[in-house]
Amino acid sequence: MKSSSFIKRFQLLMVCTLLDAFPSMAQQAGPSGFSFSSATGLIWLLFALLMVTFFSVLVLRQKAEDIKNGHKRKSGKEQEHSFNAHIRNLNSKQISRLINYKRNTGNGKTLPILLVLLLLSGGSLWAQGTENQVSGSIWNETGILITIILLLIPILFAIIFLVVKLTNALNQSKNQQNLEDAEKLASYLRSLPIEEIDTELKKRKKALDFRLNNKELTGDQPAEDEKGLLQINEQTGLPIVAIKKKALPRPNIDPELSRMILWYLGCATFWLLFGTTIGEYVGIKFVAPDADHVSWLSFGRLRPVHTNAVFWGWASLGMLGLGYYVVPRVSNTRLANMKYGWYALWLINGAVILGTLCLMAGINNGGGEYREYIWPVTLLFALGIILTLINFLQTIARRTTKEIYISNWYIVAAIIFTIVITLVAYIPYWQNGLGETIVQGYYMHQGVGMWFMLFTLGIVYYFLPQQLNKPIYSYSLGILAFWTQILFYTLIGTHHFVFSSIPWWLQTVAIVGSGGMAIPVIAGTTNFIMTFKGAWYKIKDSYTLPFFLVGIIFYFTGSMQGTAEAFRSTNLIWHFTDFTVAHSHLTMYGIISFFLWACIYAVIPRLTGKEAPQITIGAHFWLALVGLMFYTIPLMYGSTLKGLLWMEGKPFIDGVILMAPYWLWRAIGGSLMWLSHLFFAYNMYKMLAVRHVIDVRETAIQKLSDSNSSAHTIA
Amino acid sequence: MEFFDNHKKLFGTAALLFVVLTTFVAIMPAIRNQNNNQPLPNAEPLSADAVKGKAIFIANGCVACHTQQVRNVDMDKIWGGRPSLAADYADIHRTDLWRNTATLMGTERTGPDLTDVGNRQPSKDWNLVHLYNPRIVVKESIMPAYTWLFTIKKEPSKSDVVVNIPAQYFNGQDGKVVATQDALYLIAYLQSLKQTKLPDGTETPAFLYKKEEKKAAAANGAEPDGQAIFTANCQSCHQANGEGLPGAFPPLKGSPIVLGDDLEKYVDIIMNGYDAREEFGVMPPVGTNAQFTEHELAALINYERSSWGNNGKKVTPDEVKKILDFVKLKAAK
Repeated sequence: MKSSSFIKRFQLLMVCTLLDAFPSMAQQAGPSGFSFSSATGLIWLLFALLMVTFFSVLVLRQKAEDIKNGHKRKSGKEQEHSFNAHIRNLNSKQISRLINYKRNTGNGKTLPILLVLLLLSGGSLWAQGTENQVSGSIWNETGILITIILLLIPILFAIIFLVVKLTNALNQSKNQQNLEDAEKLASYLRSLPIEEIDTELKKRKKALDFRLNNKELTGDQPAEDEKGLLQINEQTGLPIVAIKKKALPRPNIDPELSRMILWYLGCATFWLLFGTTIGEYVGIKFVAPDADHVSWLSFGRLRPVHTNAVFWGWASLGMLGLGYYVVPRVSNTRLANMKYGWYALWLINGAVILGTLCLMAGINNGGGEYREYIWPVTLLFALGIILTLINFLQTIARRTTKEIYISNWYIVAAIIFTIVITLVAYIPYWQNGLGETIVQGYYMHQGVGMWFMLFTLGIVYYFLPQQLNKPIYSYSLGILAFWTQILFYTLIGTHHFVFSSIPWWLQTVAIVGSGGMAIPVIAGTTNFIMTFKGAWYKIKDSYTLPFFLVGIIFYFTGSMQGTAEAFRSTNLIWHFTDFTVAHSHLTMYGIISFFLWACIYAVIPRLTGKEAPQITIGAHFWLALVGLMFYTIPLMYGSTLKGLLWMEGKPFIDGVILMAPYWLWRAIGGSLMWLSHLFFAYNMYKMLAVRHVIDVRETAIQKLSDSNSSAHTIA
Repeated sequence: MEFFDNHKKLFGTAALLFVVLTTFVAIMPAIRNQNNNQPLPNAEPLSADAVKGKAIFIANGCVACHTQQVRNVDMDKIWGGRPSLAADYADIHRTDLWRNTATLMGTERTGPDLTDVGNRQPSKDWNLVHLYNPRIVVKESIMPAYTWLFTIKKEPSKSDVVVNIPAQYFNGQDGKVVATQDALYLIAYLQSLKQTKLPDGTETPAFLYKKEEKKAAAANGAEPDGQAIFTANCQSCHQANGEGLPGAFPPLKGSPIVLGDDLEKYVDIIMNGYDAREEFGVMPPVGTNAQFTEHELAALINYERSSWGNNGKKVTPDEVKKILDFVKLKAAK
């Protein structure tokens, strides 16, 4: 554990160091690029040097101590004690040689015994540490820092040289000591009477020679598997990917419902591919703004096409499809109305198609993010979720369980709230002047937090325990998170307009609410992580659990990052920069998409009985995760520099020049993410496609039963 | 608990809590702000052309990159003379039956803020060239090129607005680039974006989070960076190489005004703008808009006099101060 955490820290350090290289690149890119004050880098170098020196001194001190201890002479009793210890630690080979020697005693050979005790001798030595007692202001002087570093380098080399020399001397003296001890031990052994130690030694030798025969538990009989627990992989040989457990088929799902869920998930996959293809192209336009000059494909029109397609097409349809599985299942009843389910699918797909066409044609609602669809388009979406709400409520009303499982709390609440949010956002009576901005702040954040987050949490509360095959850790934490999410999340919308002309008190309420979000986030994360407790080993043979784990990690980090961004001090640096873009990808992609993939990979094999190849699922997972990191980390780093540059009052165009390499990294990360979606689409195809591959065993059994029944009819 | 096992009570309570909170943090503040704010007395409503231009601005999603809000923080000072107020947006109403109100405040500033762009960049020529392809005038810009707002005509009529575009930007096609009516509407909208002056006697709201070091540096006698001032205020027309843009913006390299002895005229042009030469676009009162101090002005003049092969006489802030006071007085008249 310790070493792995060290490695992680080291990697982090490496990443930081690599990123530190960027400002210099940016400087080359433009005539007046921005850089951190150059003293910072020097202070880091100085710090590193000091650390190395410090550790060398520590090592030296340790050696000196060892040498000091080795010099202490041993008393007679201690000596005998150490001889006995040596005898106890003899290995089997050495024992047989000792017995042999004793049998042919009189032969004066010494025993070549390997000793591994540490016996050290030497003096004490104090290396000169670095005592740089320099007052604070001097630390900012580049010249002084360079001087200190230059001074430190030879001192450091001297210390390293000293350590090497001392270690050699130490080894020599240690060997000398060991040789003397060996001599003494040999004479002691020689003097021992054979009968005194013979039985003892033989017993010890037998114990050392003991080996398991691997049949202690099983016996000699072949294995019998009465409960069908064993899954033996017939294809031996070196696997390219780890073999994971197969999904268990669940035959008692209404095939009609199953078909509808698959349609939802299939459409979601299409919108993911479509939406992220657009997103990828929009990202490329930051690097190549002259990629095309077509009005329908211009940046300002495509950006909302991307966001809305992945929001209302991919994530919403994906969530609803999974919701149609979860809600009847945890209510232990059939879905109330299959028709409404199909209508909702048509309506929502229709909304995204129409909305996309409108946006590309330049017909939009007038500016608010995620509110770009004009009201007739959004009306279709709203009707879709109203039908879903009726459907789910009716299903829950005829549940056969007494309590309502927590998943249904989250899912139904998400739909109710989203209907309220949509109404507030599109009813025109409070939208003039600043009213529009206040509603926009409320809308854009409630859409994210109350629709996507709440609904997805509901799905995870079903699928995570199901995939781990153990109950959720705490029902109460789930309930706490539910009510606190409503209480705090509703307040935070206007934190997108901090320092704008909306009332100061409303901004403060939003910031306080953002702080309060720590409660539901920590409660939810704790709940999921504690559900994992005792089942971590399952991750290695599951291909869904890694997706869940990534989702949980980003649920915590992404959400808490949102809180951090809301404060006035951080808003100063990050507001209006691409930091927000990075944040929304960490959350909408890191949390929502990863959770959705986890649940989709969990549910579809249960519905179709087919699984995707593990290697392409692995490719999907890693490309998406690595891509997301490439996308977000450079963007966050660059935006921080850009915010600082703005605060210093540098020309605006300098910020654009500064961002160029980070935008390139974003495009690279985005490409990896997009590639991962191709793998996901392929996996969907593999899980859904009806393939006519004849299964040898299945067909053979079928043939037997066929001939049986035909025999019956003849009879 | 009995209460949570009843779906009507459970979901009813959750919905009620959400609706009540929504009313308090969204609907009521929205209605209050909509009803209690009036446009400033000297605010000018958009012209008919500007209204059409705003529709084009909305249709093309320009708000994705351009904000229209000056926040009350020190770093936003470059975008306007004062922080934006609720009153600045009070006159914006629902666009039409299909479209919502467009305050266009924005949440991303990938491009410059446009609150006061009508004062900052009033030149129609610059705006048209920039709109056709921003990289003609700002090399590093990543703004889309709006070529579809222009047509190419072999023989433009007298009423056509011809835009002077370097040949490499329209792929060797024959003819002249002519702005469409839509382009002209859009420019009309951009030119109309000017921060309204507060009525006399009204206290201007303060910018917060003032930068302390800047003042300290000025007190210590460190001069501002002339190149940075040039980049921020002059470069988009006169270009980084000081050569301007033929047919649109005059060069500063070897310019008789930059290198000449008439410091008063030089300062006057920077502070109050210039429109004496037919062949070039109108220069806005850059210095007045940016509220240059004598220190900044001296740094800028010295930069322009010592760059691109220019070799003019250096000036001191004290010299500039006298002329600046005089030039301001002249402008006031």
